[in-house]
Amino acid sequence: MKFPYSDIVLEHFRHPRNVGQIEDADGKATEGSPSCGDMVSVYIKVDPDKKTISDIKFESYGCASNIATGSIITELANGKTLDEAKKINWKTASEALGGLPKIKAHCSVLAVEGLRSAIQNYEERHGLIKEKKPTTEDEIHRRLRKVMNPLSGLDLERTNLVKNVELRDGIVRVVIDLPPDHQFSHSIKEEVKEKIEPLWDIQQVIVDFID
Amino acid sequence: MIRKRIYFDNSAANRMDERVLEAMKPYFFEKYAVATSEFAYSEGIDAREALEDLRSVLAASLGANSDEFIFTSGNTESSNLALKGVSLALSKKKGKHIITSKIEDFPVLHSARALEKQGFNATYLNVDGDGFVDLDQLRDAITDKTILVSIQHANQEIGTIQNIERIGHICKEKNVLFHSDATHTFARILLDVRQIPVDLITVSAHTIHGPKGIGGLYIRKGTPITKWMDGGFQEFDIRPGLENIPGAAGFAKAVELVTSDENQRLQAMRDRIIERVLAEIPNTTLNGHRRNRLPQNANITFHFVEGESITLHLDMHGYAVSTGSACFSRSLESSHVIMGIGGDHERAHGSIRFTFGRYNVMSEVDDIVGTLAEIVKELRKISPLGKEKMEETT
Repeated sequence: MKFPYSDIVLEHFRHPRNVGQIEDADGKATEGSPSCGDMVSVYIKVDPDKKTISDIKFESYGCASNIATGSIITELANGKTLDEAKKINWKTASEALGGLPKIKAHCSVLAVEGLRSAIQNYEERHGLIKEKKPTTEDEIHRRLRKVMNPLSGLDLERTNLVKNVELRDGIVRVVIDLPPDHQFSHSIKEEVKEKIEPLWDIQQVIVDFID
Repeated sequence: MIRKRIYFDNSAANRMDERVLEAMKPYFFEKYAVATSEFAYSEGIDAREALEDLRSVLAASLGANSDEFIFTSGNTESSNLALKGVSLALSKKKGKHIITSKIEDFPVLHSARALEKQGFNATYLNVDGDGFVDLDQLRDAITDKTILVSIQHANQEIGTIQNIERIGHICKEKNVLFHSDATHTFARILLDVRQIPVDLITVSAHTIHGPKGIGGLYIRKGTPITKWMDGGFQEFDIRPGLENIPGAAGFAKAVELVTSDENQRLQAMRDRIIERVLAEIPNTTLNGHRRNRLPQNANITFHFVEGESITLHLDMHGYAVSTGSACFSRSLESSHVIMGIGGDHERAHGSIRFTFGRYNVMSEVDDIVGTLAEIVKELRKISPLGKEKMEETT
C-alpha cells in the first residue's frame, strides 16, 4: 500500500517553492479560512509593460495537498502573462502534481482560486477591469459554490444547502438549510459573507438559517 | 537509511502481546469445538468449560458475576447492543428518551442518532472545557420517560476521565439505567460494579494489546435488554453467533497482563510529552484535563498549523500519531470532541493525539519532541496564520 499522494506531491509538500509574502505586492488574495479547514494566500508582482507575473509567493495553512498545490501553481504561473496564468485550473495543477486524491479536491482548489483572485485583485487595483457588470443571482450562486459544506467536503450548492438566494437593491439574502445552532452554521455564515461582500455593488449580505 | 518506526497510536490499535497469542493457540489447534455442542460430545464440554472460565475472569475484573458478562465482537457491537437493546426493551414500558454526551465515541453517538431516526429522543449533554459532562444538565435532562443514560468512562481523543461514580449515583437516584463505554479504561482504571452503580459497561481487547475482534458487555443482573441480532441462543440468548473462544482466551490474558507498574510507566511518558511540548514549543494547548486523564493519552493542539501536515511529516521521520483535523478524516469533519470542549476549527485542525503502549519507551518520547519542534516551526513559516502572535513569543 502506497501513500495516497504521488511522489511529486510529497516532494512539493516537503520542500514547498516560493513560500512567503511579498511586501509590496501588486496583487494579493486569501482563499479559504481556518473554519473551512484550509487557507491559502497568494502574492504577485506584475511587470506593468509585459503584463507578466515577475514574482509570486504563497502561504498555506493546510494539509499536504493544499501545500503542494500552492507550491506548484507558483511554479506554473511565474513568468506567464496574466491571461495565461488565469487559465491555470485545478486540472492543470493536479496533472502537474501527478494526480491528487479526489477527496482532497477542495483543499487543493483553494490555491488555484487564490492565484485567480490575486490576478483579479491586481486588475481591480489598476483599473484593468473593463466593465463593471451588475451582480446577478447567478453570480451569487457561482460564489456559493466556493463555500464548503464541512459535513460532506463538497460545496453548499452541490449539497443542496442553499435554500434560497434573493438579491434586491444591493442587499443579498441567502437562506441555508441548516438549523441556526448547528455545529457549522456560524462558520458557513462567515464564509458566505466573505465570498459575496467584495462584489462592487453589494452593500449588505444577510445569511439566514431555518429550523 | 531504514529507521526504526515509533508507534504512538496505541488507542487506535496496538501490537498484540506474544503471551496473548500463546494463550489463544490451544483454542485454534486443540480445543476448537463449538461450546454449544456440550450435550453431544466431550470436546464441546471442554469448550464450554473453557469459555465459562474465561468469562468469569473478565467478569471478575469488573467485580461482576460471570453470568453478567457477554462476549461480543468488540466495543462497537457492545455499545450498539447496550443502547439499542435497552431502548427496544423499554420503549413501550417506560419511554423513548435517552441521554448521552456530545463527545462520545462513534458507536454510542451514532447509535443514539440511529435511535432518533426510529422515533426516540436523544439529549446530547454539553461538556466543559476539559471535557467533563455537565452534571446539573444531566440531572435536569432526566425525565420519567428517560430509559438510558450513556456516558463514557474516558474520552478516546482527549483522555478526560468522567466522574463516573457521581453520574452513576444521579442515574440510580432517578431510577434510570446507566451505560458506560469503558473501551479506553478497561483493565487500566478500576471500574468495580459493586462500588459504582453502573448497569452496562462496554469493553474491548484491542486497546490492551489483546486480539482485535473481541470485546464484551457487562449487563447487571435484571437489566432489561432485547436481543436485536438474530441467530442461535449463545451468550445467554442475548448475542447469537459462534463463540470466539480463542479471542476470549486472548482477551482474558490481555487483562491479566496489564499491571499498575505499566500504567505508571505510560503515565510517565504522557506527563513527559505534555510537559516538554508545552514548555518547548510556543503556541500549544493541552486538550483534556491535565490530571484526570487516561495514563496513555496526550492530546495537544499546535496552533496555526494543520494536523495532517504534522502527521505526514512525522511519518516521514518514523513516527505514527493521529490528528483531529478534518483533513485527516474520511468525512472531512473536524473532531467532534475538540469542538465539544468549546474549541474552534483551528484548535481541532491542529490537534495531535499521542497514545502510548507497552512497547514504547521514554527515549522515544524524548526523541519526538525535538522532531516535532522542527516540523511545527517549518510549517508555521509557510502559514498565513498567527504571524503577529508568533513574533511576540519568539
